Amino acid sequence: MPDAVSDGEVDRLMRDLEAEAEAGGYHTNPDREFTRDLVKGLLANRERYGYISCPCRLASGNRDDDLDIICPCDYRDPDLADYGACYCALYVTADVEAGKRAPDPVPERRPGPAERKRQKEERALVGRAPGTLNYPVWRCRVCGYLCARNEPPETCPICRVSRDRFERFM
Amino acid sequence: MQDVPGVDRGRVVLYALSTCGWCARTKELLTDLGVGFSYVYVDLLAGEERDRVVREVERWNPRVSFPTIVIDGAKVIVGFREEEIREAVGA
Repeated sequence: MPDAVSDGEVDRLMRDLEAEAEAGGYHTNPDREFTRDLVKGLLANRERYGYISCPCRLASGNRDDDLDIICPCDYRDPDLADYGACYCALYVTADVEAGKRAPDPVPERRPGPAERKRQKEERALVGRAPGTLNYPVWRCRVCGYLCARNEPPETCPICRVSRDRFERFM
Repeated sequence: MQDVPGVDRGRVVLYALSTCGWCARTKELLTDLGVGFSYVYVDLLAGEERDRVVREVERWNPRVSFPTIVIDGAKVIVGFREEEIREAVGA
């Protein structure tokens, strides 16, 4: 890997990711060497772009356009449900972690550029729709956590992603 | 584009990301099979060159996902699909 990332940094992030995953009921890939390389990729991307975008996807460098592929990505949970692993295979299900089954190959779920643009416009419209609720309901696009309050929390209390990963749900 | 020398099984081009574990496995597989191929790390390109290569990948694989292998400008394999890759390069 061309970008210089120190071993200490890689170990630290790997430890943090593993601890956070287990605390939230998620699991990282038990293939330590493979996982280590992915974590190195995350750090290389943080160095390049300022955020840990998916090591297996091409980031644009514009955070707003890359929000859905900042790890954990918007596609992790549905991919875990359908294939036993997320797209890059940093996260796996409990049975894969335990070695009871191998994960299936994960096809790319992220829509192409044109569809992403359309979805983004759609989300902007939902955000503006007049509601009859006392509070707007916000949904974490990563884990599905819902909360009714004026603004989404700064950090998702369930999966720890940042406020900009929330969308207006109702 | 970097060239890896090996047995001629047609023009094998691997579009990859330098940070991706599946791209690394694909490159390793082709190397182990002793097939001659060319590869490019798209994430390490910049500016116009990157745009040009991304458009090239998009022609073969509209989702622009990696790894993408193109063989003889005709057959496309998306993802680390070991059996398919072995079959396509006749190894």
